[in-house]
Amino acid sequence: METCTLVSMSILLGVLVRWGVSFNSYSGAGKPPMFGDYEAQRHWQEVTYNLPIQEWYFNTTDNDLNYWGLDYPPLTAFHSLLCAHVAKLINPEWVKLLGSRGYESPAHKLFMRATVLAADLLVYIPAVVLYCCYLTNGSTNKKVGTLLCILLYPGLILIDYGHFQYNGLSLGLTLWGVLGLGLGWDALGSLAFSLALNYKQMELYHALPFFCYLLGKCARQGLTGRGLFSLVKIAVTVLVTFALCWLPFLSDPEQALQVLRRIFPVARGLFEDKVANAWCSLNVLIKIRSILSSDSQFYLSFAVTLLAITPSSLKLLKTPTFWQFKLALVNSSLAFFLFSYQVHEKSILLAALPVCLLLNDLPLVAIYFLQVSTFSMLPLLLKDGLLMPYAVTSLAFLVLSTHLLSALERCTEAQLRLEGYRRLAAWLPAWLPRLDLARIIRRKRWFPPSTLQMPVPGTFPNIRPCQLAVKHRGQ
Amino acid sequence: MAAPVESSGWFPALAIAVSLLKCLFINAYHSTDFEVHRNWLAITHSLPISRWYYENTSEWTLDYPPLFAWFEYGLSQAAVHFDRGMLVVENLNYASPATILFQRLSVVFADLVFIYAVKECCTTVREEKAAKDLLRRPCFVLAVLLLWNFGLFIVDHIHFQYNGFLFGFLLLSVARHLQARHLEGALWFSIVLNLKHINLYVAPAYGIYLLRCFCFTQDNTDGSLRWRSFSPVRLVSLGAVVLSVTAASFGPFVAMGQLPQVLSRLFPFKRGLCHAYWAPNFWALYNVLDKALSMLGVRLGLLDVAGLPKASMTGGLVQEFQHAVLPSVSPPTALLCTLLAMLPALWCVWRRPCGGRGFLRCLVQCALASFMFSWHVHEKAAPASGEHRRDAGIFLMLATTGHYSLFPLLFTPAEFPIKVLLMLLFTIYSFSALRNLFSGEGSLLHPLEALYLLGLVAVEVLCEVVFPLSPWQQTLPFVPLLVTSVYCALGVSYSFVRLYVSLLTQEVTEKTKRL
Repeated sequence: METCTLVSMSILLGVLVRWGVSFNSYSGAGKPPMFGDYEAQRHWQEVTYNLPIQEWYFNTTDNDLNYWGLDYPPLTAFHSLLCAHVAKLINPEWVKLLGSRGYESPAHKLFMRATVLAADLLVYIPAVVLYCCYLTNGSTNKKVGTLLCILLYPGLILIDYGHFQYNGLSLGLTLWGVLGLGLGWDALGSLAFSLALNYKQMELYHALPFFCYLLGKCARQGLTGRGLFSLVKIAVTVLVTFALCWLPFLSDPEQALQVLRRIFPVARGLFEDKVANAWCSLNVLIKIRSILSSDSQFYLSFAVTLLAITPSSLKLLKTPTFWQFKLALVNSSLAFFLFSYQVHEKSILLAALPVCLLLNDLPLVAIYFLQVSTFSMLPLLLKDGLLMPYAVTSLAFLVLSTHLLSALERCTEAQLRLEGYRRLAAWLPAWLPRLDLARIIRRKRWFPPSTLQMPVPGTFPNIRPCQLAVKHRGQ
Repeated sequence: MAAPVESSGWFPALAIAVSLLKCLFINAYHSTDFEVHRNWLAITHSLPISRWYYENTSEWTLDYPPLFAWFEYGLSQAAVHFDRGMLVVENLNYASPATILFQRLSVVFADLVFIYAVKECCTTVREEKAAKDLLRRPCFVLAVLLLWNFGLFIVDHIHFQYNGFLFGFLLLSVARHLQARHLEGALWFSIVLNLKHINLYVAPAYGIYLLRCFCFTQDNTDGSLRWRSFSPVRLVSLGAVVLSVTAASFGPFVAMGQLPQVLSRLFPFKRGLCHAYWAPNFWALYNVLDKALSMLGVRLGLLDVAGLPKASMTGGLVQEFQHAVLPSVSPPTALLCTLLAMLPALWCVWRRPCGGRGFLRCLVQCALASFMFSWHVHEKAAPASGEHRRDAGIFLMLATTGHYSLFPLLFTPAEFPIKVLLMLLFTIYSFSALRNLFSGEGSLLHPLEALYLLGLVAVEVLCEVVFPLSPWQQTLPFVPLLVTSVYCALGVSYSFVRLYVSLLTQEVTEKTKRL
């Protein structure tokens, strides 16, 4: 069958599943006074439409920052403004200043879901299609299989179309960045990633690999010749992009500072709620939050995160290949997720995107991680009443990806790329037990079904991301 | 996509995937048919058998044969564990989340019959040469076209019905006949007949075929009938199978003397020729012609406006209607037309059966004939076409038109993307797969046919986008339904005629071959 037929069918199926999930409830549905992320997005449309730009990030009588104040960079605000204009055309009640708080109706839900779908269709889905067509190896069928699996990754679908967020936009822009870098269009790739950074500040998790890869590549080309020219080109692109996004806030230093204060809330503590990272898990045994002061917590997480990401970044600087870049993306985002400050459980999506890019090369490990990442968000999904879509999409992803990518047939040690581990293990003292990682990974594939019986929120899935991070650093 | 060695894993993967997709739409829109089945669950669970066909607290009275009532009774035993409230007859329009979950899941589980039947059909599909690429194998294409059928998906899992379950039995009986296990095939058909009596339409095809190929055990060398080979034993055994199933189904009601009441529920001829939304069959064209002629007559002064009937046939009222210019149609007339339409196909299968394939063609022809000419057909009767091989082009026309005619069933804005996406998915796949299967034999569709199908897109845009924003939305609200119905009726009628032409020309070429 022709490629474009298969690709179009995969896209249609991906969109169908997304729309199917959107029938379910969203975060904070029917729960006054604060509601949830859905109301936050609606509120931002209200604020950006009715108030002048100078007031968006400030506490005023019309803009109460305690009620879902804007805490994303300017591009999110501009996106909300665009949606608000459309909303105003359909029904002005939806964005009435101070009068539309907690507005809920079937028509409004349809509109909001449609905005998420529009963003996905314009940004995320084309990026995935292009990535699978041009940057993956294998036959047409294999590429389309990878495309379908990435499109059906449950975590992103459930959060964007269930809980309600616009992760598809930021992750899509990042993917365009990866695409640009992979195809050799460094300036365009940097542009896309800068836009991603200006949409959600959490994309900083991916920033270091981008930086190291580009710097390493320029160094390869010679820092006194072509390399310098490329470096300057990239730097100018990034600076111009940032300048354009922050333009309205650059007139007054206080504006820019306030935005920074809103998007980096250092006062909020090491972690909130339950999240599958190192600090939350450690807190079960040692109550870090009470032992250390707020500042110490901050410095500790900073130090450990830096320690975790340094090896892969240095390796990337030395050998800037695309494969190394993908691995560094995984490593960096996972390290930040596990050890960083004020991490939310939804941030696992930032690690899930690079792992999706590895689906074709390391199917079993990638599928395993993606299943676990969705599972780690289960408490949040249960709170939103999304158990049925979770069960359906997770099961569908597991069945389809295992079948389409022949995951269970490709798990010899060589195929799992564990040579690095073997070399490392050779250096260890003889009396330490040698773990046969390949066998463990093959056995671990039975874990996802069994972990469903033990819904220990957050702490249990933490182990797997740790092991994955360790494995990749060894390469 | 899978490694070449793993050739059997694709069917379970397909089946599981489509079942999971069905579960995703549990919270989508459901029609009044949902309440119909909830009411039947309540009736069969809470009331004694003697009251089942007399109960009319709700307007949705039991109008399927008794075997379906037993099926609902069985379901109600499981329903007890979900929500007892749905089993109370007085709880009209009761739709708690647990009720919705149970009913939707019951459809998904009932579809297991359908999945099994599709598997059986796939094993009977002959493959001339085993293609290396899984996507090009006929059994794979057939499995996808059946399991992921747009019509069944929309009608069963969103609108809410049990057609997959019923169609599964029908498909199973067809598969058994193709495998020459005729008694078993007759058993499954009797079951489906007692589940939904609309299948009476295809009973003549079964009857003639079984009589010709099963009761007469041998043919002459030229393929014609050998009268001497009639086997009374086989006829009796067939009759026994059919009668025993019918007895099991109707038995208790006959014993209680309720047969007339049951029959009056099953065949409600008081309803009009056409439902509120016209099924795209012959009568839709007939009505439009009548309307057009009457308007012309008034213009030319040949008819008196005051003498014309007032009520609109698509205005949502389900009642008997008098035509203005053309002769009015009564139930016996419609039945006669249906039988006449079936006759050529039955004659063909009697004269030269051509084995299982001939039977299948006759079956499809009869089903289509009944759809075209019957009294009070619901648009949902359309998804009845089975597998065609050299008639791939006709299948594409019929399937696409038939599926599009289901669009008005889902009229809510939230479900609009679903029907468009699913329709595109199914249409793209069917065109692509069939073109691959028959590559090198020329184009499957005539340019005019392709133009007609593209016209469906235009009709859709007109009806769902342009018209609601136009000033006529208030004054002529039935126009989109009318346009959809008539446009599709053209396509369906055309396919019907072409199928017959194909059947009869094949008959002629067979004759000339033997000469």
